[in-house]
Amino acid sequence: MDSALSLHRLHFAFTITYHYIFPQLTMGLAPLIVIFKSLALRTGDERYNRAARFWAKIFAVNFLFGVITGVPMEFQFGTNWARFAQYAGGVIATSLAMEGVFAFFLESSFLGIFLFGESRFGPKVHWLAAFMVFVGSWVSGFFIIVTDAWMQHPVGFEIAANGAAHLTSFWALLFNEWALWQYLHTMSGALVTGSFTMAGLGAFYLLSRTQEEQGKMFVTLGVSVALAASTFQLWPSGDQHGQLVTKYQPITLAAMEGLFHSETGAPIVLVGQPDTDRQKLDNPIYVPKALSFLTHRRWGAEVKGLNEFPRDRWPDNIPLLYYCYHIMVGLGTIFIAIAVAAGFLLWRKQLFGARWILWILMLTFPFPFIANIAGWITAEVGRQPWLVYGLLRTENGFSSHVSAGNALFTLIGFMGMYTVLSVLYLFLMWREIAHGPEFLTGSNAGASVERLSPTAGV
Amino acid sequence: MVIAYVVLDGFDLGAGIISLFVARTHDERHLILRAIGPVWDGNEVWLVAAAGALFFAFPPLYAASFSGFYLPLMIVLWLLMLRGIGVELRSHVDDPLWWSFFDFVFSFSSVLLAIFFGAAVGNVVRGVPLGADGYFFEALWTDFQVGPHPGILDWYTVVIGLLAVAALTVHGANYVALKTEGDLRARTSGSQPSLVAACDPDRVELGRESVYPAARHQQFYFASLGMADSGDGSGLFNRAAALPRAEKGPSRIRRVERLYYRHSWWGGLRTLPCPTARKHGSAL
Repeated sequence: MDSALSLHRLHFAFTITYHYIFPQLTMGLAPLIVIFKSLALRTGDERYNRAARFWAKIFAVNFLFGVITGVPMEFQFGTNWARFAQYAGGVIATSLAMEGVFAFFLESSFLGIFLFGESRFGPKVHWLAAFMVFVGSWVSGFFIIVTDAWMQHPVGFEIAANGAAHLTSFWALLFNEWALWQYLHTMSGALVTGSFTMAGLGAFYLLSRTQEEQGKMFVTLGVSVALAASTFQLWPSGDQHGQLVTKYQPITLAAMEGLFHSETGAPIVLVGQPDTDRQKLDNPIYVPKALSFLTHRRWGAEVKGLNEFPRDRWPDNIPLLYYCYHIMVGLGTIFIAIAVAAGFLLWRKQLFGARWILWILMLTFPFPFIANIAGWITAEVGRQPWLVYGLLRTENGFSSHVSAGNALFTLIGFMGMYTVLSVLYLFLMWREIAHGPEFLTGSNAGASVERLSPTAGV
Repeated sequence: MVIAYVVLDGFDLGAGIISLFVARTHDERHLILRAIGPVWDGNEVWLVAAAGALFFAFPPLYAASFSGFYLPLMIVLWLLMLRGIGVELRSHVDDPLWWSFFDFVFSFSSVLLAIFFGAAVGNVVRGVPLGADGYFFEALWTDFQVGPHPGILDWYTVVIGLLAVAALTVHGANYVALKTEGDLRARTSGSQPSLVAACDPDRVELGRESVYPAARHQQFYFASLGMADSGDGSGLFNRAAALPRAEKGPSRIRRVERLYYRHSWWGGLRTLPCPTARKHGSAL
């Protein structure tokens, strides 16, 4: 990992991985806050408003950290990936610019209204502000996905005389079939994070016998949404996304599954360690013929293995790709099991007394973050060796005149900076959680937020 | 967009710079933060939007300038983060030690940011060593001379950086004086004459006069990022470009800069040549 290319890749990977801790939570929480606000508007029950206010404060801290760590992402296309920026700027700068408009202008202005305008604007405008924060975060997420989907499956462009890509159809870019399923898969992944976080915190309050009324509301909404989102994550969104990978990136599929040799009636591997040198899988536990069925809908279909493809087109880190994919799928399956069990107890009205499942819910909350990030690593390492699939190889995209030493210097700088940010983040989150939602009344909520932060929330 | 950024974020940068000097108690510093609190993040949006627009409109310029100014840009990013933390987290905890720490972080990062923004303008006006492939890379500093081995920081760009600090401080002092009252306001207003004097255009003129002949003599060439003819139609840029090309060297530069001065109605705006000079680097 001492070449300039490796360091530039690690630089981007580190900063985007850290960044994505925050947006996945804000995108996941935004619709849940809208649900609380809608319930408050419909029933007039003040407890729902209190819950919405509490989660808005959690949202605000995460949004701040998302913005702080998001700005370097926009800059890195130019600083670390200059040749890629020059090649693809004609296409992806369009969607990135639209993301900026929605993320910053729409989301941050309505977040200001949402955090400070409750007593001033009344319940209906306050509901609308919450709804617009949700729309802003989900639309800006869409433009990021559109950008990545173009790199995974480029459409709607032509290569101009100077060798750079130019957009020919904005609508083709927006309605890229890859973008649709990737978006749904990513967003429901964010919902899994948001809902398990909410359920986990509710379980924490119930287990520690504080804030129990709010804790029950958090667990109820969290478990309900987690059940829907984690199921949707497997089917249809995960399944359809897999179909696209099978169709357009068969090499990636083979590497993800650790399938070194083509097989008819290929099995799906649950556990095992790929050995790239000997081209085999150690200690495998598998389900026979399942991979053929999942990818081609026939038990006996042939699935192409890595041996069918030239070695210089293989993803360059097959073990990492394989493990991240299996971590994502494995955790996703466990989430479904937990959500089904908790949902069943909720339906039987036994959930709040069943401490064993509350413990499980509380301890589950970090894992959706891991699953989401493992999913992204699967997507981006799976795209290798291409930066833009089939068009631009990664080694032709980085800023070759920025030396390895300089890249390592700034990478270490970011690591130090983000260590400080992590400490501050955990400290602030802990304060909010310890303070809790119970005492946030309508009239002093705005005031107390204002006392805590002199600024408009972002 | 860069203009909007300099005008808007300029005053909260300036407010950050003076906050340690004119505000003496925690309450006064809190007042300054409250004055910029609701707006600073909105102002910062313009920087993000400007970077996005640059990428959108001129991918080659974005690619070459961002990677060429790699180190200073990364440092600017870190400073922006520190500053965001300083503004946002100060009031989360009621503790004087916590406040002191974040007041210092806020002011310190504001000063350094102003220096780096100024140095960026200095670099663009001075020019960068563009390679045949359209890219360049500048070290943070070399020998602090404006010569064949340029660094981001040399004596000229540092002077421009300090000028930016002074100009933005005036800008911020105006805003703080407008938004506050009492002792804080009196002290802020009292600091202004000396600050305004510090951005006297004649002194800047002096610095530039000595840079250009030296630069020309050593065959220092100016940024030509292939963007010179990308005419974007705005009045100031076109008028600068419309100056007769036959006029070479200092006389032409002075005329271009006088144009800027005519358009800059007060100190803070004098940092504006940045986008123009960058785009029309080859014309200079």
